[in-house]
Amino acid sequence: MSKKTKNDEQKAGEVEVFIMGKSYKVPAGLTIMKALEYAGYRYIRGCGCRAGFCGACSTIYRLEDEQKLGFDLACQKVVEDKMYLVQLPFVPAAKAEYDIEKLKPTESTILTIYPEIARCVSCNTCTKSCPQDIEVMKYIQMAVRGDIAKCAEISFDCIQCGLCAMRCPADIKHYHVSQLARRLRGKYIDPKSKNLAKRLNEIENKKYDSDVEKLIKMNKKDVIKLYSNRKIETGKTGDLGGD
Amino acid sequence: MKMIDGYPKYMMESIKLVEKKRERNMSQSVKPLSMKERDEVLRKYHPDYMGNTKRNVRVGVDKGKLLYNGIVDLLEAKSVLNPKDVDLSKIDYDVDLLIVGGGGAGTVASLFAYENGVPKDKILIVTKLRHGDANSMMAQGGIQAADRPEDSPALHYLDIYGGGHFENNPELVRALALDAPKIINWHQGLGVMYDRQEDGEFQELSGGGTCRNRMHSCKDYSGMELMRNIRDKARNLEIPVLEFCPIIEFLMDDKGQVAGGIAFNLETYEYYVIRAKATILATGGSGRLHLSNYPTTNHYGATGDGLIMAYHVGANLRDLDTIQIHPTGDAFPEPIVGILSTEKIRGLGAVPLNKNGDPFVFPMEPRDVESATFIRECRKGNGIVTPTDMPGVWLDSPMIDIIHGKGTIETKLAGEFRKFKRFDIDMTKHPILVYPTLHYQNGGVEINDKCETRIPGLFAAGEVSGGVHGKNRLMGNSLLDYNVFGRRAGIYTAKYVKKAKVGKLTLEHIDKYNKMLERADIKSKKTAPILLPEYRGEMAISRALDIL
Repeated sequence: MSKKTKNDEQKAGEVEVFIMGKSYKVPAGLTIMKALEYAGYRYIRGCGCRAGFCGACSTIYRLEDEQKLGFDLACQKVVEDKMYLVQLPFVPAAKAEYDIEKLKPTESTILTIYPEIARCVSCNTCTKSCPQDIEVMKYIQMAVRGDIAKCAEISFDCIQCGLCAMRCPADIKHYHVSQLARRLRGKYIDPKSKNLAKRLNEIENKKYDSDVEKLIKMNKKDVIKLYSNRKIETGKTGDLGGD
Repeated sequence: MKMIDGYPKYMMESIKLVEKKRERNMSQSVKPLSMKERDEVLRKYHPDYMGNTKRNVRVGVDKGKLLYNGIVDLLEAKSVLNPKDVDLSKIDYDVDLLIVGGGGAGTVASLFAYENGVPKDKILIVTKLRHGDANSMMAQGGIQAADRPEDSPALHYLDIYGGGHFENNPELVRALALDAPKIINWHQGLGVMYDRQEDGEFQELSGGGTCRNRMHSCKDYSGMELMRNIRDKARNLEIPVLEFCPIIEFLMDDKGQVAGGIAFNLETYEYYVIRAKATILATGGSGRLHLSNYPTTNHYGATGDGLIMAYHVGANLRDLDTIQIHPTGDAFPEPIVGILSTEKIRGLGAVPLNKNGDPFVFPMEPRDVESATFIRECRKGNGIVTPTDMPGVWLDSPMIDIIHGKGTIETKLAGEFRKFKRFDIDMTKHPILVYPTLHYQNGGVEINDKCETRIPGLFAAGEVSGGVHGKNRLMGNSLLDYNVFGRRAGIYTAKYVKKAKVGKLTLEHIDKYNKMLERADIKSKKTAPILLPEYRGEMAISRALDIL
């Protein structure tokens, strides 16, 4: 491992990082992702949405003179001086195959499909390695207990980066387990919308076809008038959605 | 640099002014602009209205059409593929349906093609990065569908059409509005965990430009929740996916049809010849081209490859003279420049303020107008300039907890709170710095309501396509778009492949295109599609923006 490549002085505002053991000087304040790019790397693997949503850029790091390994997302974590870095290009955790239509949301459903969750030794390493700060071990315990709804709720912010599964001494594939829990909950446990069922029925019976057809055939001036005069539903402040 | 609560000292001094004037700013607000004032600020400050952001393309089927410079640059570049490097006598994959792109539109298309009779071993999704790496995964807000009794698909139609400046293709708008409830129902069946009220009905929010509350959401991870479910279904069905192998050009046959594509393995540098009876283009958007030099909210892979490949085979483009810039991209700290801060922050009551802590715009103008006023304020010298020269204005987030009660930000904006906390910024205590960011490709490859392009054998769906949103997309309609048209692409290609016959394969269209460039005396050092953006070296630092 080449710790120092050159004897040159470190400039102010710079930090030294070791990308897979190799020394590079990069500006302080960059994320790990941008630091690697600054050093000359061009990503193929290990880079995705660059905003913390996709889990492509799982990174393992260690600070010089420390024993402990750190885990985070390269697009979110800022580099520190004397940081050793490696990106995880792929997580080889096996996903069970199932037909959600043929499953029932019973207490034993998840345990049947992913029996290894029963081997959880409660070491909490999964939770400690989660870049989203999700209580991973807790949701696995919920899955063991058969509490699908709770498992789904706790795991909801999971970005499926796989760091939990890579660290687990019991070979649990946490992020696949919680995916199943969320689908079971969304499909079978959460209530269904009656308004939606009614609207589907209306659309099936072509209730809106002529209204829309009329708009399509209307001359532009009249559509613009209709649009400008349409009544806006008054919502409470704070009802605003959108991206 | 010494930081105080995540901000350098000089920025903190500006924050002090914000705090001093907060009470006043919460009690009185700036009035909305009149239509005339809106028009004036757009003309002067929105990149769509500026003379230097666009030019006429000089070659191809849309010759003479006005498009953003960054897109013309690539349309006027030679193909990245040298046809001589490929041996067409050896077919690596022979399928009925090739799907180019493994994001939302492509994956939905594969599911519906399968359901409509295309065997799974005759479907191939080919994608540049991982399956699911797409803008689809990143959408925060939600998806629109008119399913409440107070609402109707006709009203949804009117909102989409008006939002698009009445230049959308009405057929496509009809499909988007009328198919929407079906899509939500399909999601319910997959297991998507939509936010619900206690009575089981969906919690539906309003948004800029919509006359009814019809935004269905899954916390502030809506796009991720949809994509996770859709992808899980595709994985359970074992729909074949080839990752890290972007299609770099389409294949054609001697009958002038698109007949598959040439994939390039990014890791082994091999080419694969993929023959297909039908091809669905679903490569997504182009934020990573940084049109008009804007930072972007988009995925790493959003480099507009599909536009270029489609143009090379003669498909036409539309509405690429507009881009959607979102007013509240992050401007500080440097690592998150360009990333989105959701519109919900303003919806919950946070007000945009300048460096003196003074308001300058009504917070809920349409996206383009709001953005233009931010740019104007910065150009007047009233913005805050970050240590990396990024301009911005404050969004006074602490107002939210004052209005709605402590804890509102942490529960309703969990993702946003988490993002800033990572950089020692507590958005419940201090404002955040924002500047417009490149968000969405409004136009693209022209399609009809069967997702057909003008070239036989080539279909398109999702952000790469054009006509659905006209000149401007409304919030909540992009997740809807990829579902509605992904589904339609799957259904109609399943029908199409039953009759389609592929002739003799050829890449002659590439030679022809290159020759056309020569004849037009266009000499470009670039090649296209570019596949990946270039951020090495100094480019890694937030772009030295010359947008001011």
